[in-house]
Amino acid sequence: MSIVIDKSGPFTHGPNTVSKTMFTVLAALAPATLYNLWLFGLPAILLFIVTMAACALCEAACVRISGGNPDRALGDGSVLITGWLLALSLPPWAPWWVAVVASVFAVCLAKHAFGGLGQNVFNPAMVGRVVVLVSFPLQMTSFVSPKPLFTPGSPGLSESMTIIFGRGFSLDGISTASPLGFIKTELSKGVPVTQSLSSFPSLGDMMIGFHPGSMGETAVPLILLGGLFLMWRKIISWHIPVSMLATLFLLGTIFSTIDPARHTGGMVQLLSGASFLGAFFIATDYVTSPVSKSGQLAFGFGVGLLTWIIRTYAGYPEGVAFAVLLMNALTPILDQHFRPRVFGRTRKGEPLPVRGDK
Amino acid sequence: MKLFPILGGIHPEYRKELTSEKAIVALPLPKTLYLPLQQHMGAPANTTVSVGDEVKKGQVLAKAQGAISAAVHAPTSGRIAAITEMTAPHPSGLPQLTIMLDSDGKDEWAEPMAAIADPFAASANEIKTRVAEAGIVGLGGATFPSAVKLGLGGQHKLEILLLNGAECEPYLTCDDRVMREFAAQVVDGARIMAHALGAPKVIIAVEDNKPQAVESLKAEAAKTPNVEVVGVPVQYPMGAERHLTQAVTGRETPARKLTADVGVVVHNVATARAVHQAVRLGRPLVSRVVTVSGGGVAEPKNIEVPLGTKVSELLDFCGGISKATKRVISGGPMMGQPLPSLDVAVVKGTSGILALTQSETNEHASSPCIRCGSCVTYCPCGLVPVEMASFIRNDKLDLAAKIGVQDCVSCGSCSYICPSHIPLVHFFNYAKGKIAALDRERRKTEQTKSLVEAHNARLERQAQAKREAAAKAKAAKEAAEAAAAAQAQPTIEGGANA
Repeated sequence: MSIVIDKSGPFTHGPNTVSKTMFTVLAALAPATLYNLWLFGLPAILLFIVTMAACALCEAACVRISGGNPDRALGDGSVLITGWLLALSLPPWAPWWVAVVASVFAVCLAKHAFGGLGQNVFNPAMVGRVVVLVSFPLQMTSFVSPKPLFTPGSPGLSESMTIIFGRGFSLDGISTASPLGFIKTELSKGVPVTQSLSSFPSLGDMMIGFHPGSMGETAVPLILLGGLFLMWRKIISWHIPVSMLATLFLLGTIFSTIDPARHTGGMVQLLSGASFLGAFFIATDYVTSPVSKSGQLAFGFGVGLLTWIIRTYAGYPEGVAFAVLLMNALTPILDQHFRPRVFGRTRKGEPLPVRGDK
Repeated sequence: MKLFPILGGIHPEYRKELTSEKAIVALPLPKTLYLPLQQHMGAPANTTVSVGDEVKKGQVLAKAQGAISAAVHAPTSGRIAAITEMTAPHPSGLPQLTIMLDSDGKDEWAEPMAAIADPFAASANEIKTRVAEAGIVGLGGATFPSAVKLGLGGQHKLEILLLNGAECEPYLTCDDRVMREFAAQVVDGARIMAHALGAPKVIIAVEDNKPQAVESLKAEAAKTPNVEVVGVPVQYPMGAERHLTQAVTGRETPARKLTADVGVVVHNVATARAVHQAVRLGRPLVSRVVTVSGGGVAEPKNIEVPLGTKVSELLDFCGGISKATKRVISGGPMMGQPLPSLDVAVVKGTSGILALTQSETNEHASSPCIRCGSCVTYCPCGLVPVEMASFIRNDKLDLAAKIGVQDCVSCGSCSYICPSHIPLVHFFNYAKGKIAALDRERRKTEQTKSLVEAHNARLERQAQAKREAAAKAKAAKEAAEAAAAAQAQPTIEGGANA
């Protein structure tokens, strides 16, 4: 035996590692993903594979260029989460090149240009999504209604290949808007929300994901299940999801009560779009969210507020991706202003008064 | 009894079952004992013996020097073989003045100090003096001279003596065994200390994973009023002085102050036993209970060890250590220190000797920080380790200090929990050392500056005095001349008149 003295204690370590954490997140995403891949059929599966592969390739290339070990980088699982979340945030039948462009921006620009794992300011998957959303709005807002695998109307392999790798699906024929997009368009035509809601999927259908939308955002109960699993495994805490969803719900409820013709209610805000996926899996991204609990509460509130504002007043029907990115930019400031109180000190950092000193 | 939550904290694998059921055994007397003169916080002790002296067990070998220091006594009878520099049981591995004592095998006691017949009638000072004479230091590991801490009653209004039996470090069971086997001595020692402190109440806090210790102490405490035994949650670092105080009393000690400022003094349970022995039996501190454990040790044990025993001998007594041993630690795995060699001595602060294997240390190369915030969540001091580490890495020590790196107690919760295996405590210890060194440097510069200024001022004063004296002399001379002239004038006048 040779005695090694190279560092201070502790000389024992917990079982947690970066890759364990990352793969737990993937496990939590799996049920919702599988359900949605089934719901949107073979084209969605192909697109998912394309996105994951593109992200992994980008990661390997960037790490190799910067002189790192690509195997180790892929092994930590972080890029798989990026690819996975990116795939879930694309329209399920989007063409392959949309996925590839998004992947390149997500991994090479948003992650590695900032220095790789842990250094990025913005959530890579959301950067990828937003880049293609503003570049290719047509492809990014053409959704399909669910066509589950093994049911009539679900495209076969060759048709799926054509949809993803070929000339795309016939936009006129089956493309449709997401519920929030639909309401937005109707509103711009002067149709009040109360009326457009009538041709809206029922809240029940929205719960089980039977409505057009991005690949991973439509199965609310399974996303919630995954989120609760992450909380149980102590990977994430309740602070960001609860403050974000509560803010969104309260704003929706308050404003739809005041003016139901212009505003959707709290439940619609929660169940449509990427609210749940965003709350549990995107806004909670470690690297780009604050480290303290109070900072996380503020961050969640900010994401909820911005999501609601963008959905209500901006040109895009969807707000989560933009809201997350905007709050990512504020994370360093939140980290500075929301620190826990130090033991034995006041919030301002002065030592507590000694008893009787007051 | 109502308990209060503490901030953060972790639940490491405790692994106490290796030794918790092993009753304390005595170590066969080693041939030679090595007694460093610094086994405590503060100034090293001053030798009172010379090479060749014959000494008896319990005889003073070195006296306390200065306000914070502790005496060293002979753990057995024999001859002083040498007083020389030897590797200290400290990770630095620096040499330190050490007394080598060759045992004569008789283990003969010197005339003991007289027992204090009724300690509760004795003055606080009498007890304090006895504890100082016995060379007792905090046996929990911090090794602060106990007598100094017993003097706190003079300056503070104390309400509670909190006896720390939490023993929250994994592996260690020495305090557990002392509480189980010597509950009466522990309670008696605690009552004596409370008397000296002027604290009306004793609370003994033990982590809930030591039910037998709680039971033994409760049985003993029932015999006397004002002693309460309380089980506290199993949560590292419950045994940290300030955190235990908060958990039991709800009182938060202000930063840079002592628990005494909130009316509480904390002593370790083994220290209480040592006080009992010093006061009731007149016995100085010459041995302590050490847990020898870890996956690398053939037969883990709890051993009453004469101070000065070589670690290698202690390990041999436990069947030696296996090749799988990766690290040998003095103390617990969370806050203990790596030993520079197995040829160092067991000292007053040695609570455990652990031989840990790779699977126990679970050490991995560190990977980039993913800002997961675990270190923030689990820090029991409300600090932001991720941010402090990043400041320190970028050599911004002033910023690290500003957000509290000096409030860190080095408990290691953040490093333990970090998924990226970043040695955070290592960063903080470095920063604390560096900041202290810079502070010393600055104070020294200021002192030099003020000395130079004083010197210049003195020179200036002297020059001024000289000038003044010269001016005075000149004035006096002129006055004298004037007077002389004046005198001469009337003479002339007189002469003229005459």
